[in-house]
Amino acid sequence: MKTDTNISGAHGAPVVALEKASMSFGPVHALVSADLVVRRGECIGLVGHNGAGKSTLVNVVNGRLTPTGGAVSYSELAAKASARNNAHAHASGVRSVFQELSLCPNLTVLENLRIPYRSMPRNGWRKTAKKMVMAALDQVFPNHGISANAVVGDLTIAERQMVEIAIAFSARDARANLVILDEPTSSLDAAIAQQLLEHIRTFCTNGGAVVFISHMLGEIFDVATRIVVMKDGQITEDRPTDGFTREGLVDAMGHVASHEEAGPNAHAKRNLGDVVVQLPNGLNARKGEIVGLAGLAGHGQAEALANYYLSETSAWRSTKTPKAAFVAGDRARDGVMPLWSILRNMSLLTLPEFSKRGLVDRGSEQKLADDWKAKIKIKANSLTDPLLSLSGGNQQKVLFAKALASSAPVVVMDDPMRGVDVGTKKEVYKMIRSEAQNGRTFLWYSTETDEVLECDRVFVFRDGEISAELVGEDITEENMLRASFEMQEAAE
Amino acid sequence: MTREHLRILLPVLSLAILLAAVFYLQPRAMSYFGLNLLFNLAIPVALATIAQMMIIMVNDIDLSIGTFVSFCACVTATLVQDTPVLGYAVLLAAVLVYAGIGAVIHLRGLPAIVVTLGTSFVWGGLAILVLPSPGGASPEWLQSLMKSKPPLVPMAIIAATLIGVLTHLLIKRSSIGVVLQGVGGNERALERAGWSIVQLKALAYGLAGLFGVLAGMALVGLTTSADANIALRYTLLSIAGVILGGGEFTGGRVSPIGAVLGALTLTLAASFLSFLRLSPDWQIGAQGAILILVLAIRLLVTRREAN
Repeated sequence: MKTDTNISGAHGAPVVALEKASMSFGPVHALVSADLVVRRGECIGLVGHNGAGKSTLVNVVNGRLTPTGGAVSYSELAAKASARNNAHAHASGVRSVFQELSLCPNLTVLENLRIPYRSMPRNGWRKTAKKMVMAALDQVFPNHGISANAVVGDLTIAERQMVEIAIAFSARDARANLVILDEPTSSLDAAIAQQLLEHIRTFCTNGGAVVFISHMLGEIFDVATRIVVMKDGQITEDRPTDGFTREGLVDAMGHVASHEEAGPNAHAKRNLGDVVVQLPNGLNARKGEIVGLAGLAGHGQAEALANYYLSETSAWRSTKTPKAAFVAGDRARDGVMPLWSILRNMSLLTLPEFSKRGLVDRGSEQKLADDWKAKIKIKANSLTDPLLSLSGGNQQKVLFAKALASSAPVVVMDDPMRGVDVGTKKEVYKMIRSEAQNGRTFLWYSTETDEVLECDRVFVFRDGEISAELVGEDITEENMLRASFEMQEAAE
Repeated sequence: MTREHLRILLPVLSLAILLAAVFYLQPRAMSYFGLNLLFNLAIPVALATIAQMMIIMVNDIDLSIGTFVSFCACVTATLVQDTPVLGYAVLLAAVLVYAGIGAVIHLRGLPAIVVTLGTSFVWGGLAILVLPSPGGASPEWLQSLMKSKPPLVPMAIIAATLIGVLTHLLIKRSSIGVVLQGVGGNERALERAGWSIVQLKALAYGLAGLFGVLAGMALVGLTTSADANIALRYTLLSIAGVILGGGEFTGGRVSPIGAVLGALTLTLAASFLSFLRLSPDWQIGAQGAILILVLAIRLLVTRREAN
C-alpha cells in the first residue's frame, strides 16, 4: 500500500495552525500565546526542558486539549476553540505516538489497529486490518519480523513501540497528514531508529508533516527541517534547522527568566560527614548533604530513588527508627492516606518511635503534630480535619512534616514540589537547608531547575544512567541541559 | 506455542483428567445418558460464567450474578409462565438495568465490587417478592428444549459447545468484541481514540445481563421450578470458572471457550467427589482444593513462561 504518493494538498499547505493559543490549568499557564503553523512537507523538531510546555502544545495540536485562549484551525475544518477539536484533528489526519504506550497488551497486533480505526468496515475486518498493519510495518521498519497475529503483551518493548509508530503512519479512512512523535526512539536500538528517521524523511518529502520530540539532539538535527524551542510555556525560537548549532540550541533552551539570583547561596560551606548513601549506579551522598537528581523526566531518577528507598526499608523486622523517609511527588498515588485526618497522616511514619507496647501514645502524637504544624506553617483550622480539606500545597507540607518529623537520617524526595506554589516552595527550601545543617541527608529528584540549583551536588540522569556529576559552581542550568540531551550524532 | 495456547490448554487438560477419573470410578457414566446427567446442570453455570466473564473482561467483578440468576429463574417460573408478555418485558428490563449499572459504575467511578454487592441484595429481595416460596413452573417450550434428546450427542454437550463457540465468535473474533476486550486492556488508549467508554461498559454489562437471564431460564428449564435462593452459589462458581478457564482478573484477558470449560470442570468436580463417596460435608472444601491445585499449576506454568 503506497501511503504517501497522492496526499491531497500541495507542499507548504498548512495542516494545523495555532493562533495565540493559550492553555491554563487553574493558575498554571502551561502554554502562553503560542503561534505555530505546521505545513505539509516539514518535520518540526520540538525541544525544551521539563515543564517547558511541549506536551501541552502537542495536546493542543492533536485536539485533545481545547485551548483556553486563541484559536486552532485544521486543514479540513476551521475550529475556533470548539469542543470538537478532537474530531477535527482526527479528520485532518493528525496522529500521535506518546511516550507511554497506548496499545492494548491483551490484543494482537492487527486487533490493535481496530482501536484507533473506529470506522473500520465490519465485513472481513481482520483481513483488512492485517493488510494495513503489515503494510505500514513493512514500510516504516523493513524486515521487522513482527507477526500480525502476535499478542502485543508478548512483544518486546521495542517491538511494541514499532507497532505503535506503524499504526500511527498507517493509512486508514483518513490518511496520516501529521504525525506527532514524542520520544519515539527512546526504546528503539540505533539501527531501527535510523529506519524510522529514514521513513520520516520520505513521509515528509511526499507531503506529510511530522512533529518530532526527542532528547537526542543528533536525531533532531538529522531529521528536522525546522526547530521549535519552548521555554516556560512559550515558543521562544522557531527557525529552520540550518540556523541552529548544537551549542546554540542548548543555550536557547536554558536561562529561564532569571529568578532573583538565589542559586549558589545554598552552597554555603557546611561540614559534610561520611558517605551514608552509595548506590550501584554511582550515586552517593554524605551526611548532611543535599544531593540532586536531575535530567529530563522519566530517565530513571524515580526508579533509582525507589530502589534505594525500598532496599533500606523493606526488612522483614521493622525497626523503631526508620533508615530513610520518603516524600512523594505523586501525592494521590504514594503520598497521602486520603480518608485520614491531617494528624494521622502526619504521625504515620513516627508512630513506632513513640508507641509503647504496640499502643499509640496519643499525647505525644498530638504534641508532635502541633509542633510541626507551627514549624512548617500548615494552614488548617484543626488537625483533626480530613487531609483532603487542605490545598495541594498544604497537603504537600504535611508530607514533608511526616518525613522530617521522623528520625530517619536520609530523606528521599521524588519530585515533591509538583504543583506547589512559589511561597510554599521557598519555605520548604529553607526547612530543607536547616535540616541539612543538622546532619540530615537529602536525595532530591526534581524536574524544576531552580530546585536543583539548591543542591550541593547534582547527578544528571540520561537513559537510566548517570551522565554527569556536578558540584558547587558547576551546577548550572546550562550544564544540566548539556548532560540531559544526547549531544552525539545519532549512532549509525 | 504462545501464551494464548497455554492459557486454553490448562482448562482442556483439567477437564480431560477429571473426566477420565470419573469414568474410571463409574464406567457407566460413559454413555449418552450418563454424560447428559453429568453435564446438564453445567449449562446454567456455563451461561452465568460467560456473564461474569463479560464483566471481568472490562476489569470489573460482579458479585450479584448469583442472586440475579435466581431472580431471573423466579421471573421465568412465574411471570413468563403466567403472563408471557409481562414476563419477557421484565427480563428485558433486567438486562437494561444491568447495562445501566455498568454505565453508572463508570460515570461515577465507583468500585464495581461494592455496587454489585449492593445490587445482589436488591435482586435477592426482588426474587423473594416475585416468588415468596419455592414453586412455579417452567414454560413448556423451555422444558422440552432443555430436556430434549437429540440423536448421538446429548443436549448438554451440544448446548455447551454452542455457548462456547458463539461467545468465542462474539468476543474474540467480531469487531466490537475486540474493542470490548480493549477496554480491559488499555482503557485510556480507547478513550484517546475517541471511543465512549461509558457505552462500551454499558454494552459489556448488558451482555452480562443477557447471559444472566439465559442462565436463569436454562435453570428453570432443567429444574422445572424455582426458588429465590436457587443460584446463590453461582456468584463464586462463575468467578472460579472464568479464572479456571484461563481468564485473569485484570487486563481484559479472558477466554470464552475456557470459561465454558471451566464451568464444566467445576460441575464435574462435584460429581467426582460424590463418586468418591466423600461426605457432602467435605465436598465444598474439596472443590476448593481442586480449584487451588489447578490455579497453582497455572501459576507455575505462566511463571516459567515469563522467565
